Amino acid sequence: MIPSPATTDFRSKEFRYSSFFLTGLTGLATFLILAILVVILTNVVIHGLPGLSWRFVSTIPKKDLFDPATTGILPMIVGTTIRVFVMTIFVLPVGVITAVYLTEYAPNTSPVTKIIRAAVNNLAGVPSVVFGLFGLGFFINFVGKNLDLLLHNSYQAWGQPSLIWASLTLAVMTLPVVIVATEEALKAVPPGLREASLALGATKLKTIYKIVLPQALPGILTGGILAVSRAAGEVAPILFTGVAYYMSSLPTHLTDQFMDLGYHVFVLSTQSPNIDKTQPILYATVLVLLLLTFALNIVAILIRSNMRRKMRSLH
Amino acid sequence: MGIQRGHHAHPFEWLAEKFIFLVSLTAIIMVFLIFAFVTREAMPLLLGQMNSAARQSVIPVADMDKTLPEKLRVYLGLTSDQFAAMDHDTKQLLMETKVEADQEAPTDRDAAVNTTGWRYLFRAYQWSGYDRPVYIWQPVSDIQKYNIVPLIVGSIKATLVALLFAVPLSLAAAIYVSQLSRPRLKEIIKPAIEMLSGIPSVVVGFFALIVMATVMQKVFGYESRLNTFVAGIALGFAIIPVVFSIAEDSLTSVPRSYTQAALALGASRWQAAWQVVLPAAIPGVFAAIVLGFGRAMGETMIVLLASGNASIMSWNIFDSARTITATIAAEMGEAVDGGSHYRILFLIGAMLFVVTFFSNMAAALVMDRLKKRLEGKS
Repeated sequence: MIPSPATTDFRSKEFRYSSFFLTGLTGLATFLILAILVVILTNVVIHGLPGLSWRFVSTIPKKDLFDPATTGILPMIVGTTIRVFVMTIFVLPVGVITAVYLTEYAPNTSPVTKIIRAAVNNLAGVPSVVFGLFGLGFFINFVGKNLDLLLHNSYQAWGQPSLIWASLTLAVMTLPVVIVATEEALKAVPPGLREASLALGATKLKTIYKIVLPQALPGILTGGILAVSRAAGEVAPILFTGVAYYMSSLPTHLTDQFMDLGYHVFVLSTQSPNIDKTQPILYATVLVLLLLTFALNIVAILIRSNMRRKMRSLH
Repeated sequence: MGIQRGHHAHPFEWLAEKFIFLVSLTAIIMVFLIFAFVTREAMPLLLGQMNSAARQSVIPVADMDKTLPEKLRVYLGLTSDQFAAMDHDTKQLLMETKVEADQEAPTDRDAAVNTTGWRYLFRAYQWSGYDRPVYIWQPVSDIQKYNIVPLIVGSIKATLVALLFAVPLSLAAAIYVSQLSRPRLKEIIKPAIEMLSGIPSVVVGFFALIVMATVMQKVFGYESRLNTFVAGIALGFAIIPVVFSIAEDSLTSVPRSYTQAALALGASRWQAAWQVVLPAAIPGVFAAIVLGFGRAMGETMIVLLASGNASIMSWNIFDSARTITATIAAEMGEAVDGGSHYRILFLIGAMLFVVTFFSNMAAALVMDRLKKRLEGKS
C-alpha cells in the first residue's frame, strides 16, 4: 500500500520522537536560565556568609580599604541608602503625576500622549553610562556651575560631583519604572469607583485624589520600591556624578561626595593588591548588596499581594 | 478609562489639570536634555574647534601684548571667565610654560597632527614607526590617538557573543513557557526571570571576573583569562530577561485559536508552536532581538569588569576587548575637563545614545504593529 502524505507527516513515530526531543530541548533552555540564577546566588551566599559580621557592616574603614581584619562597609551602606532616598523624593511625585495624566486625563489618540509614551519607553532604554554623562554634562557642568555663579560662591560647592547630582541622575533613570508601575496600578482601579464618586458630585481632581490614588497606593509603592531596588545596584550613572573611592567620614550635606556599595564591589574586584586575601570581604560586600536589592524586591511583592487581598475583600 | 470633565470646571481644577499636564512632559524633556547636553559637551569637537596636536604653533612671550585677547584666550585654552579673572603676570607665566612644553614636545611628523580630525577618528593611519596604517585608541600618550574603530569593534563583538548566547536560550524558554509547559510553571519562571534582571550588573560582572573567567579558561583552554567571550556570555545573562520577556509576551499574544486550529488538524503541540504560533509572533521575536542588542551595547559594568579592556583591533572573540561603554566609564575620571579626550568620550556617548534610541524606537514600533495585527485578526 502506498502511504498517503497525511499519515506519514503527522502520526509517524519519527515525528512524535522529534517533537518530543525538541520540546525537551526548549525545556532544557528554561532550566538553564533558572540554573544561571541559582548558581550565581548560591555562589555568592556560600562564599559571602563567612565574611559577613556585625563588625564588618558597622565599621567605617580608617585607612586600608583592603585589609579584611579592619575594613568595613558602613559608609557604603549609608551612601547607597541616602542616594536612593533622595532619588525617591524627586522621582515619585513626577512619576506618579505623569502616570495620572496618562491614565486619567490624556486623550489616547493625541500625538502628545503618543510622544510621552515613546519618551518613557526610550528613557527606559538609554544606557546607564549615558545617564552618567548626562549627569556630568547637565547637572554638574551646567546647573551646578551656574548655581555657583548665581550664589557667588568663592569655591565650587555645586559645580562638582556630589550626592544631589548622583541622586537626580538616578531619578531621571528610574522615572520610567515608576511611571509604568503606577499606570498599571491606576488602570486596575475599577472604573465604577470613579463613576460613583463623580455621580456623588465630586470633581475629577477630588476623585483622583480621594478615590483613585488611595486605591492604587500599593501599586504606586511597588513602583517606588522597584525603582529603589534598580537604582541601588546601579554603578555606571554615579561614576562621574558623585561617588568617591574613599572618604574618612559619612556624608553630611547634599553637596558631599559619598561611598557606594556597588562601586565598592567594583573597587574590590579591580584594585585589590591581593585578590585572594580580599576575596572574603568582596563576597561579603556583594552579598550585602544583593540582600539589599532582593529584600526590597521581596517587600514590593509582599505589599502588592497584601494590598490585593485587601482590595478583593472590599469588593 | 478617562473621566469626562464637566462643562463648568472650577478654575482650580483647570489649573491643576494644566499642572499635571506640564509635569507629565518631564519624560519628553529629559530625553531631549540627555541628547542636547551629551552632544553639547562634544560640540567643539564636531565643529572642528579642538586641536590635540602634540606640537602647536607657539606665540613668543614677547608678543603677548601685541596679540588680540580673544586669540590669546584660545591659545591658552581658558574660558572667558578664567581669562578675565587672571592677571597679566599669570598669563605671562602660562605662556612661558607653553614655550617650555613646546621645546619638550616630540618633533616627528606625528606631532603636528590634530588627532581629533574625523580622518583620524575613523580611518586607519600610518603613524611613524608603524609599517602599515593602523587603528589605535591611545588617548594617554605623547601623541593622543583617538581612533574609535577598535572600540566599536569591541562593542559589536561582545554584543554578538551575548546575542548568540542569549537569544536561542531565551527564545526556546519563551516557547516552552508560553506554549508547551503547564501554565503553573509560568508562576515559577516569571519571578525567577524578574530576579535575574534584578541582579545588579556590577554583581554579574564580578561573578564573570572572579568565577566564570577561571572556570571557562579551564574548559576552553584559551590564552587570556579575560576576553570578549567571557564578557559576552555574562552580558548574555543580563539581556536574557529582556529578550525572554518580549518574546514570551508576543508569543502569548497570539490568539489561542491559532493553536487550537493546528491541534485540531492533527499537529503536535510542538508543531503548533513552531510552525503556527512562532511565525505569527515573528515580529515580536525581532523586537526582542533588537532590544537585546540595544541593552547589550549599552551595558557597562559587566564588560568593564570581564572583557580585559585592551583596545586591540581584532575580531577574535578570545582576544581581550575594550567596548565604548567601558572606555567612557574607565577614562572619564582621568580626562581633563573640557579637553579633547573628555570631548571624545562625550562624542562616543552621544553615538551610543543614538544607536540605542533607534533600536528602542524600532522595537516599540514593531511590537505595536504586531499587537494591533493580532488583535485585529482574532
